[in-house]
Amino acid sequence: MSTREERHTVTFEINGARKTVAAEARRLLVHLIREDLGLTGTHVGCDTSQCGACTVEIDGLAVKSCTVLAVSAEGASITTIEGLTPGTDLDPIQAAFHEHHALQCGFCTPGMVMSVRQLLKDQPAPSEHDIRRGLAGNICRCTGYHNIVRAVESLASKGEQS
Amino acid sequence: MIPAAFDYVRASSLTQAIDLLRNDPDGTKLLAGGHTLLPSLKLRLASPALLVDIGDLAELKGIEISETGIRIGALTTHAELFASLPLNEQLPLFRQAAGLIADPQVRNRGTIGGSLANADPAADWPAVMLALQAEIEIAGTSGFRTILARDFFVDIFSTVLEADEILARINIPRPTAGTRFVYRKIRHPASGFAVVGIAIALRLSQNLVSEATIGVTGAANHAFVGEDAADFLIGKTLSRENIDQAARLLSEATECLSDRYASADYRANLIQVELKRALLALTP
Ligand SMILES: Cc1cc2nc3c(=O)[nH]c(=O)nc-3n(C[C@H](O)[C@H](O)[C@H](O)COP(=O)(O)OP(=O)(O)OC[C@H]3O[C@@H](n4cnc5c(N)ncnc54)[C@H](O)[C@@H]3O)c2cc1C
Ligand code: FES
Ligand code: FES
Repeated sequence: MSTREERHTVTFEINGARKTVAAEARRLLVHLIREDLGLTGTHVGCDTSQCGACTVEIDGLAVKSCTVLAVSAEGASITTIEGLTPGTDLDPIQAAFHEHHALQCGFCTPGMVMSVRQLLKDQPAPSEHDIRRGLAGNICRCTGYHNIVRAVESLASKGEQS
Repeated sequence: MIPAAFDYVRASSLTQAIDLLRNDPDGTKLLAGGHTLLPSLKLRLASPALLVDIGDLAELKGIEISETGIRIGALTTHAELFASLPLNEQLPLFRQAAGLIADPQVRNRGTIGGSLANADPAADWPAVMLALQAEIEIAGTSGFRTILARDFFVDIFSTVLEADEILARINIPRPTAGTRFVYRKIRHPASGFAVVGIAIALRLSQNLVSEATIGVTGAANHAFVGEDAADFLIGKTLSRENIDQAARLLSEATECLSDRYASADYRANLIQVELKRALLALTP
């Protein structure tokens, strides 16, 4: 008898709320987040783990949720774009994207914002080069990246060199 | 895309993981960071019956630095190798190479053990392991065995690992004081993998090369040690002529891969160019 379609129970914390869900072993975390939990801010843009539209934070690290099994999230603490601010307020990174026109269609934006969080944690005062390298895992088909870089530059903490 | 269905076990011990591999060697795959395996499952290039997640195994984690050398657990991620201060104080090559692998999100999940076990001919760590004269510790049914990295890679995506073995740790001998390191790669513009990548450990005494080890990735079926080129350099200065001759010897050391992206001749040329650049970077 095949047990491959059996559902496994997974418990994790997402945006501060504890959830227990049942998922097939092959279920990708991004599908669980979008389809089972209805958090559709996390996007899917490719089949090859390259575009970064699916970026979420797991235990404080930016990862591509299309390349993580839902069952591997057991015990994890996950933050998605919806978890940055309650309600419709913008968090500082989102506000900077708005201010600097760092999005056009917006498809890549949630993933970009999640990667910017990681980037600024690692390097509070990144150079333009650091920003481009730090966002190398996120593809944007609209903006040409220029305004995204500007938005991040506006967030760089002054006087502190990383 | 969605992988074909499989069973999943989160291993709680190395022994359990090895037993599961032994039960069904053909149908079972280990899951480490998943950043090679899951993309291939999504594209249905593979459809194993069972995935054994080794992510909880403490024996495979951590970086230990001692008098004699450095031990790195197979599950150590590229990002951890990039960030570890004690490690990079000894061997800044780790930060340099890790920073050239993929992108930040991939580095947060992908592991050095997964990269070495997978033996992608264009992966970065294999060249670095060769230059550092690393030894690979393998866990199997009858305990542990070790093998030098230079004997570990066998062919495209193929290593000496048996189907019921797990790459457990990497041991790196402490380099002689004064040894300098460099890793350089020509990136494939789309995938970011190495079209050719070269790692060198080199020591000079009074301007003469006293030790040199060269690891090459990307160029051939598997990463290899550039023995003739390194031997040639011993006892010589890093003059233009000596560097040119070492570069020629290195490009003649192997049959280069040829694919849609780069012909064998082009790769052979890149070996020369990259070795020269790497040696120039190490010239005081
Ligand atoms: C977008 C993208 C870009 C990338 N760019 C680069 C790059 O520039 N350079 C580069 O070198 N790599 C690159 N990679 C590959 C990445 O580094 C992978 O993470 C790595 O090669 C595999 O490690 P993993 O832990 O993810 O392994 P997994 O995907 O979990 O496993 C890979 C294979 O190794 C086996 N395996 C894993 N761990 C062990 C073990 N301990 N013992 C025995 N077998 C084991 C698995 O069964 C599987 O067959 C890239 C990947 C992606 C998705
Ligand atoms: S959807 Fe995850 S990287 Fe593209
Ligand atoms: S704004 Fe459209 S993909 Fe980035």
